[in-house]
Amino acid sequence: MRAASALLRIVPLSVGGGLFVTTVALSLSALIFGAFVASLGVDPLGVFATIYKAAFGSWFSWQNTLSRAAPLILAALCVALPARLGLVIIGGEGAILLGGLAAAVAGIQLAGLPAIVGTPALLVAGAAVGGLWIGFCGVMRSYRGVNETISSLLLVYLAVTIFDHLVDGPLRDLSNVNFPSMHPIDENFKIGNIPGADMHWGLVVGCLACLAAALYMRFTPQGFAMRIAGGNPRAALAMGLPVGRMVIVVCLVGGAAAGLAGALEVAAVQGRASGALHVGYGFMGILVAFLARHNPLAVIAAAILTGGIAASSGLLQRVYDLPDATAIVLQGIVFLSILTCETLYGRAGALFRWMMPGPTSRERG
Amino acid sequence: MMSIEWLSVVLAVVAGAIRASTPFLLISLGECLTEKSGRINVGLEGTLVTGAMAGYAVSYVSGSPWLGVMAAGLAGTGLGLIHGVVCSFRRVNDIAVGIALLILGTGLGIFLGKPFIQPQAPLLPAVDLAWWTEVPQIRAALQVNPLFVFGIALALAMAWFFANTRPGLIVRAVGDSSAATAALGIRINTVRTLSTAIGGFFAGMGGASLSLFYPGSWHEGLSSGQGLMAVVLVIFARWDPLRCIYAALLFGGAGALGPALQSIGISEGYHLFNAAPYLLTLAIMLFEYSPGRRIGGAPGELTLFR
Repeated sequence: MRAASALLRIVPLSVGGGLFVTTVALSLSALIFGAFVASLGVDPLGVFATIYKAAFGSWFSWQNTLSRAAPLILAALCVALPARLGLVIIGGEGAILLGGLAAAVAGIQLAGLPAIVGTPALLVAGAAVGGLWIGFCGVMRSYRGVNETISSLLLVYLAVTIFDHLVDGPLRDLSNVNFPSMHPIDENFKIGNIPGADMHWGLVVGCLACLAAALYMRFTPQGFAMRIAGGNPRAALAMGLPVGRMVIVVCLVGGAAAGLAGALEVAAVQGRASGALHVGYGFMGILVAFLARHNPLAVIAAAILTGGIAASSGLLQRVYDLPDATAIVLQGIVFLSILTCETLYGRAGALFRWMMPGPTSRERG
Repeated sequence: MMSIEWLSVVLAVVAGAIRASTPFLLISLGECLTEKSGRINVGLEGTLVTGAMAGYAVSYVSGSPWLGVMAAGLAGTGLGLIHGVVCSFRRVNDIAVGIALLILGTGLGIFLGKPFIQPQAPLLPAVDLAWWTEVPQIRAALQVNPLFVFGIALALAMAWFFANTRPGLIVRAVGDSSAATAALGIRINTVRTLSTAIGGFFAGMGGASLSLFYPGSWHEGLSSGQGLMAVVLVIFARWDPLRCIYAALLFGGAGALGPALQSIGISEGYHLFNAAPYLLTLAIMLFEYSPGRRIGGAPGELTLFR
């Protein structure tokens, strides 16, 4: 017991505590979801086995899971990076839409150029527009004190409107009668699959972005400054750190990640911009970021877990006749449990001592 | 010249405003109550979907749309209660909990509502406010959702509640300064949890107004994001229940402007009119705000404005 409490003190709280809390939260959500399906007369253990099989059971299901995770990784960075500065951005969806739109415009306008120029240009266009879109929230926050949560939410609606207006209006491909979409991008610019796998390069881009973000936060002076400002903005200001500028930069970078997600969807999956971009990746990204506790590297794992849950809905429907929405319900329960267990964070030791009463609490003093 | 065409546009917008504003009105009043107590619930979209489903299902099973409205409200109360209790724990972010409930509520609504997509449930009867006229267009426009009438009454009642009652004062005080109210021995978390739960009740009714009156059916895409707008509406209304009426009518009417203009042959900017209220809200926030000062009327404890 003493060894255990000593272990709790040695393991850095940010890693050990975080993992502990996440484990508790995931177990709790498994319990709640199990009770939910059991109340409908479905065998919960069988459901969990099916989810595992559909999400991670074979190379085929891994590919399905990973391709669903790819856009979520970048969408989550749009939440996780600003969160390091204490900002709550919930408008990644808007940056995804407009990033995809910009990429599609670039993909049409630059048609004829070699792919080595065109594809990067298309991705840069998407990232730039997404970055400016969320960056505007940062500017409003820094200069006018406008709350970034609300402004980013408002900008989602503006983005949806602009997107619908252009895709259903001036930029519409009239040969596609069934539903509004833009012209397809130059076939040359399309991003292919990773050799030997049925998934596109977006996953690699997302992982690299997470790695870069993690290294930046950990090893550069600017990253260090950001960690200070996120921990205590007042202290950061007193030290003369440019908090206002950091807010803008982090929003720009986060928005660029979301814009890139939209551009990749267009360049690698859909080949054109249409309402199929507007499927809630931005909102799922919020879940992923909180599941990862805003740690860029953990975002990858969280996105894979979330993508896996989403991938399992098809098999759940076939085996247990559960509706599509089962995956959404499970994701909601996971999210809620994660947030509820947040209250344990930093109190894991207290919980431990409470479960095993002994002299440890006096020892600490 | 004011031609008959333009008159028809005005009429269509007014009719659309009344028709589409009911869910806006109910969710904004619910959100207003929650925010007055110092918490924010951005998950009312989930409440709206769950409420719409519960209302439709109970109306179909019981045959009484009014029981459906009640069930919708109770479903919303359930989700509000979850929000309220979870946010009472230390270190829990109320905005994130709202997003979680948005996902959970939407999922639950779609999951449990699957068997009710096909059957036709009895709908709410319209309130006829057009006894004074014979013009068919006006008569059609004034067949009002009974929940709209309820919403107007609720707004008046809430304004009176905040201004003149002791519980109303307690809610406002908790929302403005938790330290001061804690010193008075008031249980802050209890007040906030109750405010969120009751706010959820109204938001659930807002869902029933969609499924049991207009459009009057239940399917997965029934709500087009009205619930997410609640937060925006309340800012627009500056946390005043009476102004929630105007805000709801404006947001409802803006959505009707595009189709109305299209019907007389003006189709440019069909989608852009939808954005007008959001642009307006953004402009208000940009000009009202300045660093270090709160937007007028905002409860002091609201995490959004600290």
